[in-house]
Amino acid sequence: MGILEVKNVGKRFGGLQALGDVNLSIAENTVHAIIGPNGAGKSTLLNCLVGKLIPDTGSVMFDGKSVLGRKPYEINQMGISRVFQTPEIFADLSVMENMMIPCFAKRDGAFQMNAIATIPSQRDVIASAEQMLEDMNMADKRHMHAGSLSRGDKRRLEIGMCLSQEPRLLLLDEPTAGMARADTNNTIDLLKQISEERDITIAIIEHDMHVVFSLAERITVLAQGTPLVEDTPDRIKGNPKVREAYLGETQDAA
Amino acid sequence: MGLTKKDFTLLIIVAVLCLFAPFILNPFPEGSAMAQFNAGYPDLMQRLVIFGIFAIGFNILFGLTGYLSFGHAAFLGVGSYAAIWMMKLLTMNVIPAIIVSVAVAGLFSLLVGWISLRRSGIYFSILTLAFAQMSYSLAYSVLTPITGGETGLQPKYTDPRILDGDLPPGETPRANLFGLDMKDSTQITMGDWVFTFNAGYYVAAVVMLVAFYVSIRIFRSPFGMMLRAVKSNQQRLNYTGLNSKPYTLAAFVISGMYAGLAGGLLVAMDTQVGAERMFWTASGEVVLMTILGGAGTLIGPVLGAGFIKYFENIISKINESILHQWFAFMPDGIEDFLVSMVYPFIGKGWHLTLGIVFMLVVIFLPGGLVEGGQRVARLFKRRKPSSDKPDGKTTPAE
Amino acid sequence: MDAIILQILNGLDKGSAYALIALGLTLIFGTLGVVNFAHGALFMIGAFCAVTLSRILTLSHEVVDETRTDFLGNPLKVDVPYLYDIFGQTTGDAIIDWAVPISILFAIPVMVFIGFAMERGLIKHFYKRPHADQILVTFGLAIVLQEIIKYFYGANPIPTPAPSAFTGSFDFGAMLGFDPGSIIYPYWRIIYFMFAAVIIGAVFAFLQFTTFGMVVRAGMADRETVGLLGINIDKRFTIMFGIAAAVAGLAGVMYTPINSPNYHMGMDFLVLSFVVVVVGGMGSLPGAVLAGFLLGILESFASMAIVLETLPGINQIIIYLVAIIILLTRPRGLMGRKGVMED
Repeated sequence: MGILEVKNVGKRFGGLQALGDVNLSIAENTVHAIIGPNGAGKSTLLNCLVGKLIPDTGSVMFDGKSVLGRKPYEINQMGISRVFQTPEIFADLSVMENMMIPCFAKRDGAFQMNAIATIPSQRDVIASAEQMLEDMNMADKRHMHAGSLSRGDKRRLEIGMCLSQEPRLLLLDEPTAGMARADTNNTIDLLKQISEERDITIAIIEHDMHVVFSLAERITVLAQGTPLVEDTPDRIKGNPKVREAYLGETQDAA
Repeated sequence: MGLTKKDFTLLIIVAVLCLFAPFILNPFPEGSAMAQFNAGYPDLMQRLVIFGIFAIGFNILFGLTGYLSFGHAAFLGVGSYAAIWMMKLLTMNVIPAIIVSVAVAGLFSLLVGWISLRRSGIYFSILTLAFAQMSYSLAYSVLTPITGGETGLQPKYTDPRILDGDLPPGETPRANLFGLDMKDSTQITMGDWVFTFNAGYYVAAVVMLVAFYVSIRIFRSPFGMMLRAVKSNQQRLNYTGLNSKPYTLAAFVISGMYAGLAGGLLVAMDTQVGAERMFWTASGEVVLMTILGGAGTLIGPVLGAGFIKYFENIISKINESILHQWFAFMPDGIEDFLVSMVYPFIGKGWHLTLGIVFMLVVIFLPGGLVEGGQRVARLFKRRKPSSDKPDGKTTPAE
Repeated sequence: MDAIILQILNGLDKGSAYALIALGLTLIFGTLGVVNFAHGALFMIGAFCAVTLSRILTLSHEVVDETRTDFLGNPLKVDVPYLYDIFGQTTGDAIIDWAVPISILFAIPVMVFIGFAMERGLIKHFYKRPHADQILVTFGLAIVLQEIIKYFYGANPIPTPAPSAFTGSFDFGAMLGFDPGSIIYPYWRIIYFMFAAVIIGAVFAFLQFTTFGMVVRAGMADRETVGLLGINIDKRFTIMFGIAAAVAGLAGVMYTPINSPNYHMGMDFLVLSFVVVVVGGMGSLPGAVLAGFLLGILESFASMAIVLETLPGINQIIIYLVAIIILLTRPRGLMGRKGVMED
């Protein structure tokens, strides 16, 4: 029984069957990658997990509880945090403020009318936000405008924001898309470190095979809205079906 | 007081300006050619601070969350009606009137906000506009028994006023604060200068200072930070486990209560209400004030409200003959030419001037007067050999 | 039955005006992605084109009429329009009488020019700015435009009559077999409705059957892709803005005999037209037209005495009420497309 259990999930957009019949089980404290060619339904699946879309059929259970029909913020409070393809941060706020907001969400829940207290008086939140900035190696940038960070730093900040909520499942949607090689490698190292040091399950949707094979412990290959195969990275590499469906298409694969 | 040094200084500056406004706004001696630029008379000073309150409240919604409401005049109007009914039924003391106006406007904005905030962006703007127009139309027509329709409402000699004793015959009811008449004024003459100190103005100014202080606290609170996060990236907020709806609704209700407070104070100063103060152009006016001063900044809305109300008053009063006086030193032809060039923008042309200024601000100075001030300040700083360290800290807007 | 037909007819002329303004609004929104608060001002300027033209046509010079005398016995001075000098009295009178329809020819170039100038001079710079900024700057522009008109034409409504040939009313009652006089409908309102139908049809035909329209529709669906095709979409969008301005202007020209134009008529119509656009669905052309007529007719039904007895004041708020209900139940409006203005 994994921490996330996806059973018979299907989703249609008009005439297009985006997800056929998806079954997926993600075991606790593993790094699980979901790969597949463009249009395979990876993003649709992810959106079904976080409450952005509601599947037409099937069930999604997180830690034994259904996530279907819940709002994104409720699902997040259950312990699923999401990292977006293009970093979604509060660009108009400072780096420190960015980090404090998830800390408030962790401490106070989905809403807290905290209009009279001052921010400096929130010592516990400040302490955990500062700790996370340290962990992310961003303490020196705490006063910067988040919008003026480099792409790699924005990604780091976003991952840090997700981690500071201490989620049990971290979902990453192509976290290295559009990144330079050096930034990509930094992100891989960061994620490796996170999965080793923290009590956390990571599910990652990725295009870049280099990222997938350096991180994942298990891989699900999605094609045309259904899982083709699920296995360890080594066995996936050798699987002829996968090669045909996916790896064969791209020159730079593996 | 829970403020940083900088915010406290700002509050003190505003307080001092309010206290000495009767002097500051009357810089020109009585009877001089420049006396028409004096703004130190009670009626105008009251409106400066009351619309300051209105704009401060609007800024809590628009400046922090980015939700552009085009219906805030409705809350001001509802507050005014609530206040006048308190004066008719209960007492001419302004305290119950003001409290009830805030409460009623708060409830009304809770209802409107609860519905309107289901949508965002332009849809939200149009929903609020629709609600405001509905309130206006109803106040004019069906609700006439409550609103007085076209004639509006004033306290009458015959009203019950259960807390007040009977008025002496023939006396009109006057708004007061425990006996202090809001229209009470003391005039001090210093040489050619005449300064007017009005009780109502100082009551309104004290209320504005409290309102301003509360708004600083909200801006600097975790709640205020969440509101700025709503504006910055609502998606991220929702995926960070925070429900943006109650945050925006709370901001909406708070700003509605500020509007109600302003409405109640308007009645406290000048005891009458008409539905026209709920018309959507009145909602547009508070948007103009906030943007002009600088949305999302603390002092901006106060500046914007002051700027608009001051120039509205001054510019509307200038007429053609005054223009001729000004340009009298020119040769006749040029004088006439200049007068005819300037004439469309003064007097009844005030709205034209306002529209142009507003467009220029939105186009070139989206941060409003505050941003303009900062740019000028930076210009001067750069001239000086800068010894101060470049400080990487992003200052949250003043 | 006759009462119902009468109310439907009564709703048509207002509905036509709503539909025409909303059509332009949604066209601009769909193509340029701009929320234009100054669109009502364009309607108003159109109306004042008619006022201006009728003033130009009646420009006069004084002539001493020897045959008549005033009460002091002096020869009477009378104003003679220059048109009399050119065309003679009968033709001159006819031209003056037909000033409003003739204004259409005058208004089209004026409105297209104003539309171009607005788009190139101002709106263009706001494509990338937030919608709130677009609303604010066009709101400012609307104030400026209406104040300029107020400066030149004053604050009072200016009566601008329809040609005398259309001043009567048509008795639908007699035609449809009800009591004569039960459904009386002014000719000009029939004209207005037919005019609106023609304009709407022309705009749709233009978008449907020309390559220009095809590109614009593609651009409304997906601006970036069309841009990638190397088509100069911006230029076409400028032209679209001109067309939208002309549509609003013509709606204004023809509306003058129904309601004497004043400087704030644009704002009055704008608020309602926005509601119409939202009800119809932002960016949907058929939606705008449908909602325009629907709300116009609904408004006229709500003003029936029998309705007002049960629901006093409903005529004042019906449109807003419908808008609120629609927005809450069908957030995209009656015919809105997915993904437009959803954030």
